[in-house]
Amino acid sequence: MDFWFFLIQALNGVQYGLLLFLVASGLTLIFGIMGIINLAHGAFYMLGAYLAYWLAGVTGSLTAAVLLSLPLAGAIGYGIEALLVRTLYRRDHLDQVLLTYGLILIFNEATRMTWGADVHGVAVPAALNWSIKLTDTLSYPVYRLMLSAVCAVLAVGMYLVITRTRFGMWVRAGASNRDMVAALGINVKLLFGVVFAIGAALAGLAGAISTPITSVAPGMGDSVLILCFVVVVIGGVGSIKGAFLGAMLIGLADTFGKVFVPDFASFTVYGVMAAVLLWKPRGLFS
Amino acid sequence: MINPPKRLTLILLVLLAALALFPAWGPLAFGPKYNFLLQKLTGIMILAILAMSLDLLVGVAGLVSLGHAAFFGLGGYMLALMSPQYEAANLWVVLPATMGAVALAALVIGFLAIRTAGIYFIMVTLAFGQMGYYFFNDSKLAGGSDGAYIYVKPVVEAFGITLVNLESKASFFFVVLGCLVAVYLLLRVILASPFGRVLAAIGVNEGRVRGLGFDPMLYKLVAFAIAGALAGLAGFLAATQYGFVNPAMLGWHQSGHVLVMVILGGMGTLFGPILGAFILELAHFGLEAMTEHWLLPMGALVIAIVLALPKGVAGLLLQWCEKKGDRS
Repeated sequence: MDFWFFLIQALNGVQYGLLLFLVASGLTLIFGIMGIINLAHGAFYMLGAYLAYWLAGVTGSLTAAVLLSLPLAGAIGYGIEALLVRTLYRRDHLDQVLLTYGLILIFNEATRMTWGADVHGVAVPAALNWSIKLTDTLSYPVYRLMLSAVCAVLAVGMYLVITRTRFGMWVRAGASNRDMVAALGINVKLLFGVVFAIGAALAGLAGAISTPITSVAPGMGDSVLILCFVVVVIGGVGSIKGAFLGAMLIGLADTFGKVFVPDFASFTVYGVMAAVLLWKPRGLFS
Repeated sequence: MINPPKRLTLILLVLLAALALFPAWGPLAFGPKYNFLLQKLTGIMILAILAMSLDLLVGVAGLVSLGHAAFFGLGGYMLALMSPQYEAANLWVVLPATMGAVALAALVIGFLAIRTAGIYFIMVTLAFGQMGYYFFNDSKLAGGSDGAYIYVKPVVEAFGITLVNLESKASFFFVVLGCLVAVYLLLRVILASPFGRVLAAIGVNEGRVRGLGFDPMLYKLVAFAIAGALAGLAGFLAATQYGFVNPAMLGWHQSGHVLVMVILGGMGTLFGPILGAFILELAHFGLEAMTEHWLLPMGALVIAIVLALPKGVAGLLLQWCEKKGDRS
């Protein structure tokens, strides 16, 4: 186990963690702050990936495809919030579980009907398709570094928007007392719709930019969804800081688990989660 | 709400009778498809037992578990591991051993999971469920991801005489039906007992129960172990029926599927989850026969039921009884 190999694995772990954070931060908004258990969040990740795959074929540029799939995923998210999720704010959490479970079935089947059951791949854009040479035998792809940078910038941006801006204040206030915020003259319906759309757009973005390093297939959102819930819960529901730390923990646990204990790689992630929750039953930040 | 009102009880008994007599009228109504349907119904009843056991946690004690399939799968794997190859195991040995082992596993997992509450409880149970899934998926203990076969079904003997031949599909149908009714009655007795009353009270307001001097943790733990053992029974039956177990039995998809049955059917009613299991599985079967893209209408059906029936199918039935002035 030499240093460079270790460094590459650590970079992979951080990069995976950052990507998870991007999806999980949207879930933190919807689940942690608005209190909606959204099982369909992974479906937006899948939708983003498929939109990017499709648009990259149409426009010939992955950059354009990613930039287009972001508002598209957001718009679909807004539509779903307005049509279905809006009726559930005052209902039991389990009704939300059931409704969003139904949405997963529809999303998975609709993508299968539109784009087929095959696994698709997207090529890395030519401009980013090169590697940084670390030693004679090891190099690190630039696309992964760029991916990490995008996620990191968005992470910081999200944190600042939620904690420092008026919009973030409305969101936090609306989540803890909807009626009071409405009485202050803020359009809570619109606000929650926009927040849901932002969450969907973030998940869609994560799906879109990860297409060159994963395979696009029906149901690809399911495993990501579970990991995102793991991340949000480890961090402490509603805490952006916690989601970030949780994502890093899971990203590194998954990557190093695959390297050191390949036979029990997936076991590691859930082991870490169980350990954290047994130590801190309400997550790291709560 | 342990006992359904009289009118509803009557309807449920008629449905039960129709089910029990299926081997009599099925061949006439369905002809060559009868055998397939008999096995389908047996499978649905097994899932109904699993759904009822989950309802004890979700609907009564307010413990939403997303790892309940772990006990279902463990029950199946226990049979697979204890069955000698190409030889029959003795039911009187393997069934109690299975349920005991699963109850023990549930006690351990429950002890750790019950320290958390709400969404954290959901996630801890999910974590343990997934750990169970990967344990059987990654280890060489019982076939890994390929699963394991049970070549010969267990024998049910007393004094050297075979009481029930589980290889016969119709006999096995009646065994599962008997288990379904027995589990329903057992859970009703448990819920009517002082233990069940306290458990239901915990589901409504845990703090108040603690204030009254009870230890909610103890009650929840016992409920978790009972629900686990019954899920193990369902897993045992499933493994007997299909002669096959695989890691997917333990995974979160299976747990989520059963949770949907419970919510869809109506939580906290016991008969609701049974109806939920039948509705979901028969809809699946019917839609699959109609279109290759059956998941699409299935998703729409689930959403329509959530929007139209906040308390599940059982809630609708109870409301209808109330309108008729029937309050049990």
